[in-house]
Amino acid sequence: MTASIPAPPRFQHRSLTEYLGIVVVIALVVTSIANTAPSLDSLQRGLVRLVAPSGFLAQMFPPDLSRVDHIAWKLLETLQMAVAGAALGLVFAVPFAILATDRLSPHPVIKFAARGLIAFFRTVPDLVWAIFFIIVVGLGPAAGVLALMIDKIGFAGRFFAEAMEEADTGPQDALRAIGASRMGIIFSAVFPACLPSFTATSLFALEKSVRGSAALGLVGAGGIGVDLKVAFDLFNYDEALTIILMMLILVVAVEQGSSWIRAKLI
Amino acid sequence: MNALQTAGTVAAGSTPVGPVLHVSDLVKSYGGPTVLKGVSFTAYAGVSLAVIGANGSGKSTLLKCLIRLTDPTSGRIEMLGQEVGTLNARALRRFRSRIGVVWQKHNLVPRISALSNVLHGVQSRLGGPQSWWHWAAPAPVRAEAMACLARVGLADKALQRVDSLSGGQQQRVAIARMLMQRPEIVLADEPDASLDPQSGEDVMRLLSDLARQDGLTLIVISHRLEHTLEFSDRIIGLAGGQITLDVATGKADAGQLRRFFDKPGEGTP
Repeated sequence: MTASIPAPPRFQHRSLTEYLGIVVVIALVVTSIANTAPSLDSLQRGLVRLVAPSGFLAQMFPPDLSRVDHIAWKLLETLQMAVAGAALGLVFAVPFAILATDRLSPHPVIKFAARGLIAFFRTVPDLVWAIFFIIVVGLGPAAGVLALMIDKIGFAGRFFAEAMEEADTGPQDALRAIGASRMGIIFSAVFPACLPSFTATSLFALEKSVRGSAALGLVGAGGIGVDLKVAFDLFNYDEALTIILMMLILVVAVEQGSSWIRAKLI
Repeated sequence: MNALQTAGTVAAGSTPVGPVLHVSDLVKSYGGPTVLKGVSFTAYAGVSLAVIGANGSGKSTLLKCLIRLTDPTSGRIEMLGQEVGTLNARALRRFRSRIGVVWQKHNLVPRISALSNVLHGVQSRLGGPQSWWHWAAPAPVRAEAMACLARVGLADKALQRVDSLSGGQQQRVAIARMLMQRPEIVLADEPDASLDPQSGEDVMRLLSDLARQDGLTLIVISHRLEHTLEFSDRIIGLAGGQITLDVATGKADAGQLRRFFDKPGEGTP
């Protein structure tokens, strides 16, 4: 018989700070749920209203298809906003990303400023940008396009810069040694190396833009969102369902299309 | 100094030669240990100079200092009649355009054609989109790039993506890019190092032949004894950051050279 080896303790000794950390996290979760999550009672009443014979779900079905053509046109406008916003955002993201890249930025101060701006664009939600641009250019799709553009500069600017940071420096050094200009190095060595990553980011930006553009109408920045809001406000839940389903089709179609292009190109 | 001149003259036969590169007391330290400790040598026009030394002896640092890809700590470099250390950014670009560099790893731009890569060599004298992609380049520039590719035997691969070529072919594309530069001096940092023995020899032979045909000065960092003996006119050996050997290749003794290809620390004669 072999000598018995004592089993290790079940729990490791933790420091007071670690215990305190655990208590703080638990307290944060519990108070957050207590203050904001619905009570069981209100959930129950809500569910009853939802599934009641004359409730919300019953009013949604069958979807109202009488205004499908109008919704389709508005959906097209939404898609156009998304494409315009993404395209403009991607175009402007490139110079921001170059300025934010270690090796390509002309000066550390400029790099810091570009990174700060990209982070700012990304942090503020596109709905907030939409409200801002409604004040600037008025209600309508133009405000939506600008909001999407700023949001995409933040999104793509970051990923473009990361891709350029990670690009192999060998070809860049080789061109620098030849005496190539900064623009020459960027266009002939950096961009070709980053093309797969740029393509993927651009397609993700388009998908994000399409999803975002559907919501922008809620604050009056053009697109299908405003019709959805009106349908809900007027209790036309059957029309709202039609809009939601058509938005779903659009988003899924764009996502499928973009995955297909990604698979083909990369 | 006399010894140096003799070496250069011997190598170039009866052709009158002058110095194209003069390095004196070059010191380079990266903050920690000093890599180059007062390196001095002269290179002559049309002469092929091999720089040998064990790993970590400072060969690559020396090459980078010559075109200021890294700035020397002290010392003087005079190349093609210019004081390299004093050049401002613009003048440095113009100066670099006269120096062709072939790297150990070919350093080509992946995902684009061999022709576009060769065309990049023109960026030393032609800016803008016409020097970025072959399809945007003026006809004479495209023709010159094709001629450079033909000289390295790859005209038939012009439109092939460069990352689909073999290692040896890629290095030849890099040599074509260097030719496109119309350089006056060629620096090569172990151009055969990442290739199989046969491709490595082919690349070295090609580089040596092209340099001879164009009367170019060739400074090659070499890590293979047989290539050093076959493709150079003169050999300088670096050990411990200093030049401890400077000899005409014809007079070099293989045993004496072998020590420079050994492990670090064993190269000091």
